[in-house]
Amino acid sequence: MATDPSARETKFVVARTSDIPDGGRIIVEINGRSIGVFNVGGEFHALLNRCPHSGAPLCRGSLVGSLKSDVPGSYTYDSSQKLLQCPWHGWEFDIRTGQSYCDPEKTRVRHYETETATGSELNEAVAAEEVADPATHEIAGELEPRPYGVPLQRGPYRAELIPVEVENDYVIVPLRSR
Amino acid sequence: MSTTAPASPLAGLWHGPVVDADVHIAPPSVEAIFPYLDEVWREFAMERGFGEGTWNATSVTNTLPPNSPITTRADWRPDDGRPPASDLELLNRQVLEPYGTEMAVVTCYYGIDALRHPDYAAAMASAVNDWMVAEWLEADERLRGSLVLPAHDPVAMAAEIDRLGGHPRIRQIFLPIRSEHLYGRRTYLPVFEAAARHGLVCGLHFGGSSDGPPTPVGFPSWYMEEYAGATQLYFSQIMSIIAEGLLQRFPSLKFAVLEGGFLWLPGIMWRLDKEWKGLRRDIPWVDRPPSSLVREHFRFSVAPVDAGPPEHMAVQIDHLGADDMLMFATDYPHDHQRGLEELIGVLPQATLENMMYRTARDLYGD
Repeated sequence: MATDPSARETKFVVARTSDIPDGGRIIVEINGRSIGVFNVGGEFHALLNRCPHSGAPLCRGSLVGSLKSDVPGSYTYDSSQKLLQCPWHGWEFDIRTGQSYCDPEKTRVRHYETETATGSELNEAVAAEEVADPATHEIAGELEPRPYGVPLQRGPYRAELIPVEVENDYVIVPLRSR
Repeated sequence: MSTTAPASPLAGLWHGPVVDADVHIAPPSVEAIFPYLDEVWREFAMERGFGEGTWNATSVTNTLPPNSPITTRADWRPDDGRPPASDLELLNRQVLEPYGTEMAVVTCYYGIDALRHPDYAAAMASAVNDWMVAEWLEADERLRGSLVLPAHDPVAMAAEIDRLGGHPRIRQIFLPIRSEHLYGRRTYLPVFEAAARHGLVCGLHFGGSSDGPPTPVGFPSWYMEEYAGATQLYFSQIMSIIAEGLLQRFPSLKFAVLEGGFLWLPGIMWRLDKEWKGLRRDIPWVDRPPSSLVREHFRFSVAPVDAGPPEHMAVQIDHLGADDMLMFATDYPHDHQRGLEELIGVLPQATLENMMYRTARDLYGD
């Protein structure tokens, strides 16, 4: 658990895994950016807390299953595909990919990857790095420009992923700096 | 044939084929449909004075001021005091010959939806339809018919569609825009199932007599509000048909929007698309932007042309986003032809050809 000098990546501990139960989420601020970290069936996913449509706090939206229908009254519900609904306009984004499912030609939300680490690993890291918590944190460098608002020329695109790592007890968001 | 048939009203505007998507006909008197009506209902009709009044109070003239041109164009009023649009020879001389019409879709409104007696209403609808088939459709091969239905009983509506829907000249069901419920509601499933079964167009047309006020927010004070305000009913019905998934249930269904105008459509399509993006989860069967469903399943008659000056009209036409949505109609005997010349003047050639005959020929043709 250390900064990769070539990538200039900084890892921020955002929570203990036990802080985010299955189906739960936290919203943390890292270097001025609000990021939502979700536990979906034991997988951790992170998204920028800003809807690419008009800037709503996306990560406060409802997490819902995929719902499709071929004919009125018939519902195909898939709880394994989770969609985050923007609290302002209800647009849906795949929690795993950031893919929009309301206007797929135009809108994709940035997806951050998360990771977890053990406490001992983190102790080593803390000596060398900053550790984020929801209240105070810093990050070196800037995030790349988010792709929202950019009309995509061809699809399907993948959102830029920022890993969420889980190392034993901790949920970690590593952010690459420039 | 009369030697006094007027010159084509389309002279200098259009020289190709003409299909007229909206022509009204009316029985000259209630007795005209008696041959098609059981004795018990004839007595009902006489006892209740059905069809009495100035001209023919239950025909096309009843919802409009009787002397206004919108009710009947001055030169289309019979000289002898008979109800307008009640004579095939007059229709031929006043519309079919002058316009060079190859096909005309006739509707006989006749106020059947005003009748609340379920059996009487069904019998009257059947009589009107049988009269139309025998005395119009089978008397002139250019005519196609719309079935009038007992509008308060969806099961009876479907039964009437099944009774006559197989007739080769019946091409449409007549659905008054002011219905008891929104047409997308499942209450009406038997009606649309029957229409789909027989391949009939669903014609949404001005008129109807629902139980409520003519606007969703109560009764207006003045007639103009009710008449011009009917446009909002077309919005409501189109939204209902789309949102309720009727077009997914019956993908072959086609709707004709008649006597409702069409230039309000782009704004409605934009709004539906916009809201669909966020609200589509409520209606997951609507898996495409609603505007694409409108463009695929709905066609609009161009009488009346609710348009401004030609330069505005051209922009609005462009906003429709499709070149095959419009259908020429005289709306005989109503005076709804004004604006047609300007409209023809601004249409691109392909759109014009589609409007004058191709779209309606595809929709109503054999």
